[in-house]
Amino acid sequence: MNVAIRRLFCCMLPAVLALLAQPALAAVKVFACEPEWGALAQELAGDKASVFSATTALQDAHHIQAKPSLIARVRNADLVVCTGSELEIGWLPPLLRQSGNERIQPGAPGYMEASQFVTRLEIPKSLDRSLGDIHPGGNPHIQLDPRNIAKVAQVLGARLAQIDPANAAVYAARTTDFLARWDAAMRRWDTEAAPLKGLTLVVYHKDSAYLNAWLGMREMGSLEPKPGVPPTTAHLADLVARMQAAPARAIVYMAYNSPQAAEFLSERTKIPAVMLPFTVGGSDKAKDLFGLFDDTLARLLAVAK
Amino acid sequence: MIKQTLLAAAVTAALVAPGTALAVTEAEMAELRQQVQQLKRDYEQRIEALEKRLQQAENTTRQTEDVAVRTAEVAAKAEARSAQAESAAVQASARPASESAFNPAVSVILNGRYGNLSQDPAGYRIAGFAPTGSDISPGKRGFSLGESEIAFAANVDHYFRGTLIATVQPDDTIGVEEGYFQTLGLSHGLTLKAGRFYANIGYQNDIHAHAWDFTDTSLASRAFLGGQFADDGLQLKWLAPTDTFFELGAEAGRGRSFPGSDRDKNGVGSTNLSARLGGDVGSGGAWLVGLSNLRTTARNRSYNDLNALGTQVGNSFSGASNLWVLSGILKWAPKGNDTQTNFKLQGEYFRRTESGSLAYDTAAITPAGTQSGSLNSAQSGWYMQGVYQFMPRWRAGYRYDRLNSDSVKLGLVEAGTLAAADFPIYSRYNPKRNTLMLDFSPSEFSRLRLQVADENSQPGARDKQVFLQYIMSLGAHGAHNF
Repeated sequence: MNVAIRRLFCCMLPAVLALLAQPALAAVKVFACEPEWGALAQELAGDKASVFSATTALQDAHHIQAKPSLIARVRNADLVVCTGSELEIGWLPPLLRQSGNERIQPGAPGYMEASQFVTRLEIPKSLDRSLGDIHPGGNPHIQLDPRNIAKVAQVLGARLAQIDPANAAVYAARTTDFLARWDAAMRRWDTEAAPLKGLTLVVYHKDSAYLNAWLGMREMGSLEPKPGVPPTTAHLADLVARMQAAPARAIVYMAYNSPQAAEFLSERTKIPAVMLPFTVGGSDKAKDLFGLFDDTLARLLAVAK
Repeated sequence: MIKQTLLAAAVTAALVAPGTALAVTEAEMAELRQQVQQLKRDYEQRIEALEKRLQQAENTTRQTEDVAVRTAEVAAKAEARSAQAESAAVQASARPASESAFNPAVSVILNGRYGNLSQDPAGYRIAGFAPTGSDISPGKRGFSLGESEIAFAANVDHYFRGTLIATVQPDDTIGVEEGYFQTLGLSHGLTLKAGRFYANIGYQNDIHAHAWDFTDTSLASRAFLGGQFADDGLQLKWLAPTDTFFELGAEAGRGRSFPGSDRDKNGVGSTNLSARLGGDVGSGGAWLVGLSNLRTTARNRSYNDLNALGTQVGNSFSGASNLWVLSGILKWAPKGNDTQTNFKLQGEYFRRTESGSLAYDTAAITPAGTQSGSLNSAQSGWYMQGVYQFMPRWRAGYRYDRLNSDSVKLGLVEAGTLAAADFPIYSRYNPKRNTLMLDFSPSEFSRLRLQVADENSQPGARDKQVFLQYIMSLGAHGAHNF
């Protein structure tokens, strides 16, 4: 009897409170431009947030349109977490402008660009579109260095607490817990990845700069003739010649890239091609951030043997 | 030192022991032996302890060395970082530290084409529909510069954003295509816009020409909106707080261009109400449907026509125009990744009713002079187009246009004052057009296009058109609007 009443009370009370004080108890609505930030927000907020990822690992985050479903999601968001550094230049500003939502405009606590909190690589010395689709703020694909994830986690945890002060303690505890687990995982990855040091790569797009910096790998060329320009036959022929003269150890392409160009080069040069998940959801094993790095390393180690 | 002491003790013992051996007793000998044993044990213990300490010291040194190596690594990393920071600082300091640092984002669109038309564009009409003249013309024959667009945009402050889009026409005139401010996150899903802007009518009206999928706009847009309808006024949009996109819009404006007309009057000359609903379908599809209603009040909206005798006369319409537009668009890409292949299906249906008075020969150049009578019309039209990107950078598209003029009821004709032949533009006709397009985009910022069309806009004047077009975007990155 007592148990039944208590159980009833336990179930009913939150529901009633939720109805009475919806804004206070409603989950923080997080709009993540890319899956990695969605996964990170979920790690740090748990059930205190409902997280929506605008893109998947199979989409190119440069080439997204400000489609109606995204406008609707931004309109209701409490926090927008994006990479920044102009990665979403084509679609995030139109989304923000059409949202009619003051909480997530640049400058508000509800707007966060992850790349602002890490050391960016490949900041171009000169800006000209003849160099391809380059980003004045540096290479925006920061998520493949786990040290960056740790930095962003700290800021994101603090942002969540700022937006939802009632649950600040939860975010702080979850952030500490995540960072501890992340630190342990990084130590493991550092050990595992030792054989990758000095590995030479041909990449598809210049989106593995941070991964290379972390693991000490070296990029020897890219399938794209210029950043953002799809591979051309002339460029691939040139690459085949270069790779026959001085072969790289692996050809790397990401889950959202078409495998055709990488496979073409691999066939001609006998250099193994490897697909990396790039972000959470990019492969079956990359279910979360830990899985992303586990799988990335496993795939690279398989070709580095 | 330890060894020396030990040696000394041993030597002393050796020297002393044999000399006194004869004199000492057996018991004394045993005692002495015990003492030496004790001494030996003591020293051994001490040596052991010292060896241990030595080992520890050695370990510590090794650890210190390790730490030193690690410190060096950290220092190297820190150095690399500081080098990056320095380069960032150089980048930052390279920005002009002057007033121009707050310059708005500037972009320029260059647009030009080669046109091959089998009919003279000067005589272009859409039979059965009123707008005539340059607004709806298919453009010049031969090489011609399209309109060049110069756009400036920046946040005014934390409340407003301003945009000015000017066009430089090939005839050396400069126009304001759009010039407006809009609020930045007014909250509650509200956005207010004021100035000159493309009205939120159907799907394509507020898209700039350089972002169209075909060289020209639909016949329906020409017939019902005079090409594209931009008005001076206010726009308020409200976005519903739902996960499905639902937006309501209301506009009030001057109604300065077709289907309205500029007029010397206070108040509102045009209103436009719109509702749009959109969402996703599957993992790779997105859709948007819209319904809008544009009401304008025209005063002396003039057009030229040939009367029964072949004399060019100027007529004008005054009255109310009510246009409904239903639009739908579906975009699809495998798994939502449109970089390799994607498909876009777009269609709009227009229906317009007009009622008011029509003044014939406003300049009174014919013997009959200016005459006036009622006008009542209900006209419709639609188009449907599909564009498919079949491989990166290459797209092909097809468009079908169709208009139904229905019969326009003219009071002057019904009363017998003038003949239907005096209003050939209002003779019943159903114009149609088939268009094929192929375009190549070397990068996101450039596009080259070939378009062929077979247009039947006037009875007995089939126009076969070929267009070659270029569109180049310079400067600030354009928006990927849906």
